[in-house]
Amino acid sequence: MKEINELNLPDDLRYAEDHEWARSEKNNIRVGIDDYAQDQLGDIVYVDLPQKGDKFSKGEEFGTVESVKAVSELFIPVGGEVIEINKNLEDIPELVNNSPYDEGWMILIKPDDPAELNALMDRDAYLEMLKGQ
Amino acid sequence: MIETIATSGLILNEPLLWEKGRKGRSGFSLPRRDVETSPMDPALTGEGPDFPDLSEVDVVRHYTRLSTWNFGVDTGMYPLGSCTMKYNPKTNERQASLPGFSRSHPLLPEKLSQGALELMFKLERYLAEITGMEAVSLQPAAGAHGELAGMLLIHAYHKGKGSQRSKIIIPDTAHGTNPASAALCGYRPVPVNSNENGILSAETIAAVMDEETAGIMVTNPNTLGLFEENIKEIAEVVHAKDGLIYCDGANMNAVMGIVDMMEIGIDVLHLNLHKTFSTPHGGGGPGSGPVCVNKTLEPFLPIPRIVSENGHYALSEDFPQSIGKLDTFHGHFGVMVKAYSYIMSMGAEGLKKASQLAVLNANYIKEKLKGVFHLPYDRPCMHECVFTDKNQAANKITTLEMAKRLMDYGFHPPTVYFPLVVQGAIMIEPTETESKEDIDRFIDALQHIAQEAKENPQILKEAPNRCKVKRLDETAAARKPCLAG
Repeated sequence: MKEINELNLPDDLRYAEDHEWARSEKNNIRVGIDDYAQDQLGDIVYVDLPQKGDKFSKGEEFGTVESVKAVSELFIPVGGEVIEINKNLEDIPELVNNSPYDEGWMILIKPDDPAELNALMDRDAYLEMLKGQ
Repeated sequence: MIETIATSGLILNEPLLWEKGRKGRSGFSLPRRDVETSPMDPALTGEGPDFPDLSEVDVVRHYTRLSTWNFGVDTGMYPLGSCTMKYNPKTNERQASLPGFSRSHPLLPEKLSQGALELMFKLERYLAEITGMEAVSLQPAAGAHGELAGMLLIHAYHKGKGSQRSKIIIPDTAHGTNPASAALCGYRPVPVNSNENGILSAETIAAVMDEETAGIMVTNPNTLGLFEENIKEIAEVVHAKDGLIYCDGANMNAVMGIVDMMEIGIDVLHLNLHKTFSTPHGGGGPGSGPVCVNKTLEPFLPIPRIVSENGHYALSEDFPQSIGKLDTFHGHFGVMVKAYSYIMSMGAEGLKKASQLAVLNANYIKEKLKGVFHLPYDRPCMHECVFTDKNQAANKITTLEMAKRLMDYGFHPPTVYFPLVVQGAIMIEPTETESKEDIDRFIDALQHIAQEAKENPQILKEAPNRCKVKRLDETAAARKPCLAG
């Protein structure tokens, strides 16, 4: 497993305590799990995502990710409506391991309150949190 | 390598039965037809199932060879945390195979089933006595079914009071199936965290307990192997808002005849006869998950119930508030006979001693290994102890690799990566079965593995090296499963 200084944590993302990332894209927000999460989970074998049109408030469970170790819940970092899901994950769940921020994204949401994004941690704050664990 | 019971020997390969079969082979001869042929209902005709043609010796050798690849509790130590893989005494099998039990038919009239009914009636009473609860149903088919039964009983209780509730509190140290059982009953599980000591605080429960919450599902001892010391206070908090306390009895092996479940506030508890009461499980046979309740919940127990009048035993459905029938006939009767046999063999003192030894063994392992492996909760444990791979992280060795390596030393690996509340968990439950010599060998093996992690990590990454099949590609098996024969 990776040491904290080996983690790939891009600057342009916001991070949640439960290790999801969120990226602002025009008026929408793209969501996935970060390098730390995929590394801790190990090989991911199944990703269960919501339906397009489902609505969640911040912190609600929007799906699950199953690795060889365990099934873990996914919590939505910013509340809103799911407008797109990454259908590729159905057949190629390893995209989450290989490309967590790009091809391994999970859902695109239309946020109810875009300001919720600012409440998430930036890279430095997130790193501090990981060091504390 | 230290001296170990594991060695290599001649292992015979064996193909799938489909690869082995040859058209026309058969295991027995059909008797000569002595009636006229007659056409069959077309709805019943068509292609038969895809079964291979095999002779008797083909089948016998196939399964005998497969059995030599196996590892079970009759082979060696099986310290799978939270599973209570204790030895299953052979006398249990002997009693269950007595023709009066094994050949009795569940549709026989009561007067011809008095022995079977008496055994079930008495087993219920014994389980009530062991747990401290007041009434028991043996019907649930296994653990998760017992959990569901518990949830249905809680649901029936609230319904009987004209109210309906939507939530159930479930701690992060509860047994893994609890949230699913609650959800299956229509409740929304509300997760709560354990405190810095690995147990629940009454304040945490008070913060989430409300009139919408039907109750709480606790596992006591919990999945960290720790006793929920605040359980009485927690029960008071939940009862004050008319919620009920469900206790998952998966870890009952730590407290048989020691904890009075009624006294600590439990309203409903399930047991796993296949764990605590020494009947085979994990591929060895069906389970059995009786539910034990207090007087308040008794009217809701599944029907039919076994009643006794003047020494005559009968099945009664005359319980109008019952949640109904949960399983075909009377549940898994053969398992009940084995559990009864175990209880009779052990006696009250013997059962208590078994729990004491199970707890002693786990604490011995905890103390002996805590210098080698990181122990997240350094306090007296119950029947199991939980370590992590934190000390080995510097060598990039994880729990998985150490578990795989343990097989090379002739031990079944412990439970890994559970409970989720501990990162990289290694959960060891020795049970009372193991002697001090065997436990010492197990400790030696793990100490040796920790040493290898420092000096020769590669050997762990390739482990197991001595097993018939080496490291399996678990990822490919999960991503692209091949389930055909």
